[in-house]
Amino acid sequence: MLLTLKQQRRLHTVAMGALAWLVALLIFFPIFWMILTSFKTEIEAFATPPSLFFTPTLENYITINERSDYFHFAWNSVVISFTSTIIGMLIAVPAAYSMAFFETKRTNFTLQWMLSTKMLPPVGVLVPIYLLFKDFHLLDSKTGLIIIYTLINLPIMVWMAYTYFKEVPKDILEAARIDGANMLQEIWRILLPMTKGGLASTVLLSLILSWNEAFWSLNLTAYNAAPLTSLIASYSSPEGLFWAKLSAVSTLACAPILIFGWISQKQLVRGLSFGAVK
Amino acid sequence: MDTLASIDKAKESDSTGVSNAAKKNALISFFMVSPSVILLLVWMIIPLGMTIYFSMMNYNLLSPEDTWFVGWENFEYFITDDGFASGVTNTLILVGSVLLITVVFGILISVLVNIPFWGQGIVRVMLISPFFIMPTVNALVWKNLLLHPVSGVFAAISVFFGYEPIDWFSDYPLTAIVIIVSWQWLPFAVLLLMTAMQSLDQEQQEAARLDGASSLDVFRHLTLPHLSRAIAVVVMIETIFLLSIFAEIFTTTGGGPGYETTNLAYLIYSQALLQYDVGMASAGGLIAVILANIAAFFLVRIVGKNLTDNT
Repeated sequence: MLLTLKQQRRLHTVAMGALAWLVALLIFFPIFWMILTSFKTEIEAFATPPSLFFTPTLENYITINERSDYFHFAWNSVVISFTSTIIGMLIAVPAAYSMAFFETKRTNFTLQWMLSTKMLPPVGVLVPIYLLFKDFHLLDSKTGLIIIYTLINLPIMVWMAYTYFKEVPKDILEAARIDGANMLQEIWRILLPMTKGGLASTVLLSLILSWNEAFWSLNLTAYNAAPLTSLIASYSSPEGLFWAKLSAVSTLACAPILIFGWISQKQLVRGLSFGAVK
Repeated sequence: MDTLASIDKAKESDSTGVSNAAKKNALISFFMVSPSVILLLVWMIIPLGMTIYFSMMNYNLLSPEDTWFVGWENFEYFITDDGFASGVTNTLILVGSVLLITVVFGILISVLVNIPFWGQGIVRVMLISPFFIMPTVNALVWKNLLLHPVSGVFAAISVFFGYEPIDWFSDYPLTAIVIIVSWQWLPFAVLLLMTAMQSLDQEQQEAARLDGASSLDVFRHLTLPHLSRAIAVVVMIETIFLLSIFAEIFTTTGGGPGYETTNLAYLIYSQALLQYDVGMASAGGLIAVILANIAAFFLVRIVGKNLTDNT
């Protein structure tokens, strides 16, 4: 039986769609499995072959807090990532604003130089940071991690805000200035409303990066300031069967960021590629 | 002092009309940009300077009183240490294989999901999700739930087909790390390439196809060139991050067995915080900085070029 061109194409689309679904399901499987395991009992979680059908239980989620003081770590993650993001925005937005609208000879160089600081591998400065933190009593303190996260995310935030500001036509701001608006009014009434989507995704990217950061948090914290990344890492030394609980903790720790990521996926591309892909 | 002088100047020129606006702008930009610049400068220069200084000292935290200048000795020891050769090899294998896997599959997937089909939005969300999973979760979920030789999903699949399950972390530890890291970074490649694909000229493709070009021809001569810059960006940015992979190794193998999964980042960490050898760790840190800078040099050029193009 011969198919018409239209039918052929339709078949092609359906086949490609099915393949895309298959690939997506395979890639998503580890996350799905983690969530599924979090609703099993420890015995089911260790069963061979893995059990697909079981009676879901909330037991793990209930015992997590008793066992590992989950909310202590979650609170640290929240405080550290939100504070560093807020401070970072306060420093980055004026810089991006001025570079986008008051360009000087040095602007391009400054931007490239900022980007280049991101290239410094953290291990290259691990020793001095560790020693400085020891001397200033910043080891295992939230302040310490906030400082580090603000600094490592600052270049990305400046870059992202810059690319969004760059898209605002200068004429609009000039028109406002001619109408007698001062700089603050200009920023508050015109610039921020026009770029709020972009700035929101800048905030989200910074939150995501700080929340998931695991080099400095593992090296500089023990308990007091340890965020969720460190709590999860502490599950790497096993003591008995605990995989259902590990899955439950992991699910809780990843859920908010996963949702942030889904919301802002389109805008994140720009921040992740330093504006090179839009 | 310069700052004060320029403020005075700006005040003086307040009444001089045209040049006044330019000067005011320069002043505003100076005050708005400098906090970022100063912070980043401090963040770079002080620790880096200390690293350079320590790298030339014999300095161990266990015996800090025995600290003296040794010149290049730390570099010599670090480079001739058993761990160094494996560290460099493993770093290269890790970066190379993850790049290859993520770029090749990233291209294929982004082409696959570009044509509209049912549930495209959900498929995209699923594809990029692993990128938002924190590295320590990623590592432990793979180690305990998927790759575990007794109860892991991979083992169950092997048994189902009648094969002996593979004990990934004792038999192929580096491969296991490569799998874990690739899973995390594939979405990054997919996300960037998918976005780049959206600006591909569909009509041109249609035209080429009507002229009798095969799908492969279209892919090679239209799609791939269009993606080339995005691919370059993916390669460069991934390289920077992959050079200092740490948490995935820390939580799964601890660099072992032996030095089999020790990369440069982990080697330096173990010198510094497990053996307290500040001098050696600093020398290693500098070597890592130099390697990363070679990669960074090219990235900054590509991205920087793009910055001036698009306004």
